[in-house]
Amino acid sequence: MFKIAKERLNELYSKIAETFGLFIPIKKGGEVNYHVWGEGKEVSLETLKTVKSPKNAFFPQSENLMKFKTEGKNLEIIDVRWDKTEKPFVMFGVKACDYKAIEVLDKVFLADPVDTYYQSRREATTIVTLACSRPEESCFCNAFGIDATAPQGDVTTWLDGENLYWQANTQKGEALTAAVKELLTEGGEEKVEAQKASTKAIMEKLPFASLDLSRFKPENLNELFEDPAWESMSEACLGCGTCTFVCPTCQCFDIRDFKTNEGVIRYRCWDSCMYSDFTLMAHGNSRTTQMQRFRQRFMHKLVYYPSQNDGLYSCVGCGRCVNKCPQKLNIVKVIKTLGGKNND
Amino acid sequence: MIEETLIPKIGVVTDIRKDTPDVKTFRVVGTDGKKLFKHMPGQCAMVSIPGVGECMFSITSSPTNEEYMEFSIKKCGCVTEVIHALEVGAQITVRGPYGKNFPVEEDFKGKDLLFIAGGIGLAPLRSVINYVRHYRKNYGKVVIVYGARSKDDLVDIDEIQNEWVNEPNMEVYLTIDRPQEGWDGHVGFVPAYVKELGLDPNMTAVLCGPPIMIKFTLAGLLELGFEKSRVYTTLELRMKCGVGKCGRCNVGDKFVCKDGPVFRMTELDELPDEY
Repeated sequence: MFKIAKERLNELYSKIAETFGLFIPIKKGGEVNYHVWGEGKEVSLETLKTVKSPKNAFFPQSENLMKFKTEGKNLEIIDVRWDKTEKPFVMFGVKACDYKAIEVLDKVFLADPVDTYYQSRREATTIVTLACSRPEESCFCNAFGIDATAPQGDVTTWLDGENLYWQANTQKGEALTAAVKELLTEGGEEKVEAQKASTKAIMEKLPFASLDLSRFKPENLNELFEDPAWESMSEACLGCGTCTFVCPTCQCFDIRDFKTNEGVIRYRCWDSCMYSDFTLMAHGNSRTTQMQRFRQRFMHKLVYYPSQNDGLYSCVGCGRCVNKCPQKLNIVKVIKTLGGKNND
Repeated sequence: MIEETLIPKIGVVTDIRKDTPDVKTFRVVGTDGKKLFKHMPGQCAMVSIPGVGECMFSITSSPTNEEYMEFSIKKCGCVTEVIHALEVGAQITVRGPYGKNFPVEEDFKGKDLLFIAGGIGLAPLRSVINYVRHYRKNYGKVVIVYGARSKDDLVDIDEIQNEWVNEPNMEVYLTIDRPQEGWDGHVGFVPAYVKELGLDPNMTAVLCGPPIMIKFTLAGLLELGFEKSRVYTTLELRMKCGVGKCGRCNVGDKFVCKDGPVFRMTELDELPDEY
C-alpha cells in the first residue's frame, strides 16, 4: 500500500493528466459531477454522491452513433465511433456503489452482441475507487452486499484527514501506479484498517441498514407483479424520470435521428421506462398507466434483471433516488412494502 | 473497424408490390445486388429511413430464397408512412437478423402444422410456410387458416391462390369478416372459423395476428383439445436496439427482440400479462 499527503493531491492529478484524460468529481455551478480535471478546478472527493453517476463516462447521456449522407439516391453510412488512438481515461474517486453499478451495466452492454460504443470507453478507462468514510442516511449499499469501505476497481484509495492511501488491484491499476510512483510513499495499512472499522460502525446505525430483500426472487416474479400494493405505492408518481436519470444502473436508451445541413446524425440518449411514450407503438401501448411504468422500473431492478443475471440486483443502494424524487417515492419504500418479512 | 450491430447495412428496394389498400411488400437487396444476410423463419430486421426512424419488421420472405429479402409492411405510423412512399431504387438501411426463429428444424419437424393468421399477421407466417413448402417432405400435413377484414385486405393473395392451394397435402382456408361482392368464400371471424373447421388437435399450431384474434383463437383451440405447449405465437413490442439492451421490449425476465418474438403459449403463461 502507498500513500500521498492530502495537500499534494493536485500534483497527483497533474501527473495523471499528463497521460490520461482525468475525470474526477468537480464542483461546478453548485453541483458536483465527474468532469475533466484541469488546474484551478474545485475537486471534491469528499462529496459522497455526485448528482449524475459515473455511468455517463461509458454510457453518455447522449452520443452520436453514426452519420448518413445522401447523394442523389445513394446513401452512405459514416462510422463516427470513438477513436482508440485518443488518450485513455482515468475515472477517479468512484464510490463502491457506483463501481458495482458499472459491473451491472457491463452485463448489459458487454453481453453478446457487444456494444462497441460502451466497450471502447470501458476498455480505455482505469477506474480509481474511493472508500466511503462518512456514509449518509440515504445510503443502503450494504443491503446489496457491497462493502463501501473496500471498493474494487483498478486502484482502491482511502482518504482521511492527512493522506490518500493507494492500492493497485489490477494490471491497469499497476500501470497507473507506475506512472505516479514518484509521488507515492509506502505505508498506511493501519490507518486504512482503522477507517474501515469506523465506517462500518456508522453503516450499522444507518436507517436502511437492514433492508430485507428475501422476497425478491425469480420464483416470486408473478406474485410480486400482481401485488395490489403497486397501486398505492405509485399513486404519487409524476412520471418525471428523475430517478432513472440519477440512477447509476438505469440503462434504457432511445435511438433517434437528427437532420443537419451535412446529413443525418443518428444518436442515442438516455430514456426512461417511467415515460408514457416509452412503449408507445403505432398500434398501441403495452403500458398505459403510470402504475405499470412504476412497477416495471422496480420489478426490473429487483426481479427481472437478477433473474437474467444470476441473482445480481440492478440496484446498488446509492440512495440518489431517495434524495432526488420530488414525490419522496423510492426503491427503499418498495423494498419495505414488498420485500421480506423483516422490513419494519 | 470492429462490427457493431447498431450500424446497419444499406439496402436497395428492387420491387414494390401493393398487396392491400394499406400493405405493401418491399423486395430488398444489398448495394452489390445480393441478399443482405441470412435468417431463419420468424426472425426480424430493423429497417430504417435515415432522418425518419427505424422499426422492427418480420422478414416475410423464406430463408430458402437466396436472392433477396421481402418485408410486408402495413402503413400505420410515421415511419411506415414514409416507407410506403418509397419508389423502386430507393436506398434504405437494414440490420439483423434479430430474435428467435420458429423451431422449424426442431419441434416442427415431422409434425402436422396448422397456421392461423389474421391480416398483416400473415407476414411472419409466410416465411415459415414457404420454408415448409421448400422442405416439404420434412413436415406432415399443413393447414392454413387466413382471415382479413375484406377480400382486399388479404396480404399476398396471388401467391396463396396460385401456389399454396395447389401444394400437395396442404389445405388453405380463407375467410373475411363481412360479406362482400365478388367473394364466394367463407365469411366470419377467424376464431369462429377455426372452431367450425373441427381441426385435428394433434397438430402443432402457429397463431399470428391482432391480439384479440390470438386470444379468442387460442381459447377455441384449447376447446378443440390442442395442447398449449404445441401452440406458438409471436409478440410485437416497441424496440430500438434489437439486442436486449435499450430496455423497451422487456416483459418479465424476457426481451421480445432477443428471447422472442416467437414464443410457445406455455412460455407466455409464465410471463406477466403486459404485452
